Amino acid sequence: MSSCIEYRKVVEMKDVNEDHAPRQHWLSLMAKAPAGHVATLLDQAVTRPAFTWLRAPEVGSTMVRARAGSTGSPFNLGEVTLTRCALVLATGEVGHAYIQGRSKTDAEAVAIMDALMQTSTAATLQARVLDMLEAEQTAKRDARAAKAAATKVDFFTMVRGED
Amino acid sequence: MYVAVKGGERAIENAHAWLAEERRGDTSVAELSVEQIREQLALAVNRVMAEGSLYDPDLASLAIKQARGDLIEAIFLIRAYRTTLPRFGASLPVETGKMACDRRISATFKDLPGGQVLGPTFDYTHRLLDFKLAADGEVPEAATREAVSSDVPHVTEFLNHEGLIEEAPHDDTTPPDLTREPLEMPAERALRLQALTRADEGFTLGMAYSTQRGYARNHAFVGELRIGSVPVEMEIPELGFSIEIGEVTLTECETVNQFTGSKSEPPQFTRGYGLVFGQTERKAISMALVDRALRWEELGEEDEGAPAQDAEFVLYHADNIQATGFLEHIKLPHYVDFQAELELVRKLREEAGTNSVSEAAE
Repeated sequence: MSSCIEYRKVVEMKDVNEDHAPRQHWLSLMAKAPAGHVATLLDQAVTRPAFTWLRAPEVGSTMVRARAGSTGSPFNLGEVTLTRCALVLATGEVGHAYIQGRSKTDAEAVAIMDALMQTSTAATLQARVLDMLEAEQTAKRDARAAKAAATKVDFFTMVRGED
Repeated sequence: MYVAVKGGERAIENAHAWLAEERRGDTSVAELSVEQIREQLALAVNRVMAEGSLYDPDLASLAIKQARGDLIEAIFLIRAYRTTLPRFGASLPVETGKMACDRRISATFKDLPGGQVLGPTFDYTHRLLDFKLAADGEVPEAATREAVSSDVPHVTEFLNHEGLIEEAPHDDTTPPDLTREPLEMPAERALRLQALTRADEGFTLGMAYSTQRGYARNHAFVGELRIGSVPVEMEIPELGFSIEIGEVTLTECETVNQFTGSKSEPPQFTRGYGLVFGQTERKAISMALVDRALRWEELGEEDEGAPAQDAEFVLYHADNIQATGFLEHIKLPHYVDFQAELELVRKLREEAGTNSVSEAAE
């Protein structure tokens, strides 16, 4: 019962009209961060604000879907663990977190970040948390891509005897 | 007469304590950490995630440690844990065309956009034991080369340009989910693919191998095999838009199979599809072959009576947790059932004995 009420509060407080691309980007970025990382960067940047839970952190799963033949009809591939929470700052901003894995403390840090990114601290956090995460993820991705590229086959034709 | 008996609590408790001790092994040897399993036995972890049908490398590593390396037991632990998790929803279908590929090869086209990228593969190793690994753990750093970053197109797209291969038309129907409703026949392709991706690797391999040996003739080429990571995107109702909630490593295999045409379809290449959690190449190729064999009916092919064409046989026997559950239960006490059988055999023997005596007398 109480969770239903909390859920309604969450839904009622969603912002429907604003351009959500930046928020979509930072939530996606933080969801892919290594364990404990968002919390560490957040605490180095600012003192955590007071907040109230709208939905305390909970661990669950989501069903990952794929398409037959990569482009066809969807099918269920299997589940992935997922942790979510929602909170509201004393100043009224609502923060959400949906992150892979089972870390409630990481989810809390992400939701606080999400809320703070809607305040005047956004610029500081962009520079000291989000840009750092982005740079790390790009570096990690590039490093793998560079190793993969080194295993790319260069075909060459053997000299044939007829000429 | 049925006599209820109790007992064995102490024996069970002591057996579990001994199991824990045996699991730890010789205490003068350093204990294995969950992180070590996750990092150094990654392919075992991948198999447990794929067949446990839950992507979480830390949980799968823990399960392997707890199961003493018995992967089916580990999968069992993951399946049991999975049932305790509330389901928050479903993701949008992952886009494997946008995969950050560690490996991407094609057995059908030598020169293809994106090239043949071998990745960290066992292929081309000599399968000789490397005693250096027993001595020290030092490894040279892997070579790097400047990467051209762009999406790697699927091989089947090239064949599609000529219309030589069947299309996989896009639709957005909600797929059936065998974790919510029992698997029933006839099973549509979405359900078969879900069952196959979590199916036992050994069983799937055996079924796939049977199709190569001629049971259901379909000669498969690996059109493409790719391994890499894709983001998982999900609609968040309270936000009103979708976000990436994480990333998973997948192995995808698309086979290209010759098809001479049927009443309803022109001669063209047909496709089999395999997609599995983690770096799980053998399983993904096997899945694609079995998927193709099971498609005989929708393609208007003949039923050759091959085991791999029999959806009911394949799908009802592919799940190693169902199979091991039923198989292993027969070692548990069946004293009463057996008592009944014993009585019956004694009675039959008695009757047979009487008869043979009376026959001899005649």
